[in-house]
Amino acid sequence: MALYLLRRLMQSGFVLVAMSLLVFLGVYAVGDPVEILISPDADQEERERAVRALGLDLPLWQQYAVFVGRALQGDLGRSFVFNEPAIQLILQRMPATLELAFGSMFISILIGLPLGLYAGLKPEGRLSKTIMAGSILGFSLPSFWVGLMLIMLFAVQLGWLPSTGRGETALLFGTRWSFLTADGLAHILLPAINLSLFKISLVIRLTRAGVRETMLMDYVKFARAKGLTPFRITFVHVFKNIMIPVVTVLGLELGGTIAFSVVTESVFAWPGMGKLIIDSINVLDRPVIVAYLMMIVLMFIIINLVVDIVYTLLDPRVRLEGKA
Amino acid sequence: MLWKAAAIGLALAAGIGAAHAQNLTMAVGAPVTSLDPHYHQLSPNNAAASMIYSRLVETDNLARMQPGLALSWTAVEPTVWEFKLRPGIRFHNGREFTADDVAFTLARIPNVPNSPASFTTFVRPITRVEVVDPLTIRLHTATPYPLLPMDMTNIFILDRETHEGATTERFNSGELAVGTGPFRMVRHANGDRIELERNDQYFGERPAFARVAYRMITNDSARTAALLAGDVDVIDQVPTADIARLRRDNRVSLQEITGLRMIYLSLDHMREDGSPFITDNDGRPLPRNPLKDLRVRRALSMAIDRPAIVERVMEGSATATGQFLAQGIHSHIPGYPVPRFDTEGARRLLAEAGYPNGFRITLHGPNDRYPNDARIIQAIGQMWTRAGVRTAVEAQTWATFVGRAGRQEFSAFLLGWGMNPDGSHPLRNLIACFNRDTGLGASNRGRYCNPQLDAGLAASSQNLDPASREQQLIALERMALDDVAVIPLHIQTNVWAARRGFTVTPRADELTRAQDVRPAN
Repeated sequence: MALYLLRRLMQSGFVLVAMSLLVFLGVYAVGDPVEILISPDADQEERERAVRALGLDLPLWQQYAVFVGRALQGDLGRSFVFNEPAIQLILQRMPATLELAFGSMFISILIGLPLGLYAGLKPEGRLSKTIMAGSILGFSLPSFWVGLMLIMLFAVQLGWLPSTGRGETALLFGTRWSFLTADGLAHILLPAINLSLFKISLVIRLTRAGVRETMLMDYVKFARAKGLTPFRITFVHVFKNIMIPVVTVLGLELGGTIAFSVVTESVFAWPGMGKLIIDSINVLDRPVIVAYLMMIVLMFIIINLVVDIVYTLLDPRVRLEGKA
Repeated sequence: MLWKAAAIGLALAAGIGAAHAQNLTMAVGAPVTSLDPHYHQLSPNNAAASMIYSRLVETDNLARMQPGLALSWTAVEPTVWEFKLRPGIRFHNGREFTADDVAFTLARIPNVPNSPASFTTFVRPITRVEVVDPLTIRLHTATPYPLLPMDMTNIFILDRETHEGATTERFNSGELAVGTGPFRMVRHANGDRIELERNDQYFGERPAFARVAYRMITNDSARTAALLAGDVDVIDQVPTADIARLRRDNRVSLQEITGLRMIYLSLDHMREDGSPFITDNDGRPLPRNPLKDLRVRRALSMAIDRPAIVERVMEGSATATGQFLAQGIHSHIPGYPVPRFDTEGARRLLAEAGYPNGFRITLHGPNDRYPNDARIIQAIGQMWTRAGVRTAVEAQTWATFVGRAGRQEFSAFLLGWGMNPDGSHPLRNLIACFNRDTGLGASNRGRYCNPQLDAGLAASSQNLDPASREQQLIALERMALDDVAVIPLHIQTNVWAARRGFTVTPRADELTRAQDVRPAN
């Protein structure tokens, strides 16, 4: 176990280095941040000053060396645009993204599980077919379009919900959260639904497939023969067993949602990390891009590690081995 | 009893009405990135700064200079500008504003750490700052410098006691966002919103709203939707695609003004022999760069149907132009024509220049910078092709495009330029020969160079007589435009949309500010 963790840590370090190197090269290849940030009527002298101020006058390998040197001391650099530490910028926006991601996750379980269960238990029913057809829409409709439609319908036409932004927030654990106030909840509902559509479909399909497979298992047949109630069979014997794939996939989806809810955040003007990263890419704010992607890589590594460890707890047949 | 109840009802209704009218929510399309007024010279930041801070010289909505913290300014000697300051002004924290604060501000500007676009160019001509008395300050320059008051319209004044050693972070947190402007800072959520309240001690016109939420909604459709849903009262940068629909909607009104941003084509003037994206009709490189020939440049300009671009691509929210500045703005050339659309004339000129069968060219441009930028170059590509210049069109993201344009990698490319309301601004930056020592031609990406024009520009830059200086500039603009140094296309219209009950004074300089919004009946 210890050996396994050590190997994983070393691999992670390697991935982080590779990622930062790629971002450096990538931003360098795309263009020159100074050309974008500089005021159009700056003269040549001012341009050169800006290049020096941002440390872009050094050769690329030296810029990278400076970055690595500082990163080892825990400093991932300051944003070119905001002149604040990149990490601080990202952490400021993290709560907004986290609550959106968990909100959408919650909705997708709340809606997806029962529907998937029903569709799996009564695969031939008319309602089941409707559910399955609907789930195709959830997969295939582009989320920015759905987002705009949600805004047009619920905010513009019906006026039930606010169109954009984050509502009132309340303090918890030293951070501001909007799910603690009614106004905040009203604001989070539409973007969370928008973000959850894909996941609802995913949960429905996973659950349905799991239920249909499990229903044919011997132990279910045996339980039935024993005369257990359908309720007990479904919720004790079937449900437990279909949860493993659902939890796995949702765990990874959560990572993806936290990292890349860019489209939803920009359509709903949600002040989260996704909006920060897309704005930063547009102006080639390299320190923020590097810090963000490194953090995301770290997050995925941790999620994967946790999933692996949870497996060993859920399924005694799985062992974490030192050898590959 | 009944009367009393009715009276209370009325009072309540009036109270609710008044409370409603006290609050303003606006949404802007471009994010404000810093509340340090000297950190990043960027329009959205300047808009936010001009709500919190003030300048010696302010500008009205047509970009004309108006007294600000300075009541008057005169050149007491050819190289000395004297500013008489407004007495009795206090910063939001109660400290008094004096000439020493101006001196502090001018000294701080070149020393803001890590600034990606500083305001240094505006203070570099100043050789010495002389505080005569608390309400008089003199700025000395090496040579006569007529643009100094206009440069001061860019400088937001800070307080020495409050802001000595202040870092950009402490401005962004709101702690030190303290000025003399019409609003005080309440809360700043970076990239999301700025909350402001009225400064009742403001020296200028009293703002109409006591509390303002200044939100940033970068997605165009979402911004329009927020307005239609009633979540915000005013939006800026109304997308051209939504203008027709909003015009028909009686819940909102549009406020428009011809702006200061010219969209133009820049041409490769640098290479004598062969331009990278120009070939003959068989795809072989040409021995000479055809763009060096005035007849070819004129042909390319007259082959463009500007009114059609304005009407169909820009949906009417632009003005076709053949020059830099719009009518009514300083240095506009009266009566200078918009080049007439004439495909046949263009073909004749090309034949005269030795290209009876035209040539091939690639027209480059950004696709995420100016309204409809990619569609404009597509339209021009078709028009040029019709005139015999077979045109390929390549649009790319600004981040990539602008760097390549700055390295002279293109032959013909689309750009925009937001003007100061003075002919010297486009001439110095876009037309003058690129010269690191004089700082001229810094944005002259086509590398046009005309020494005669530069000499005239040098003469006008020391002329302190406003009337004769404007005539000099107009003559120089003519010289550049007759020579087709660049091909002007149109000047953008700035459009705001407001919910019923609100009205915006539209500004030529594109700034969106809470003090320009008033209740309407």
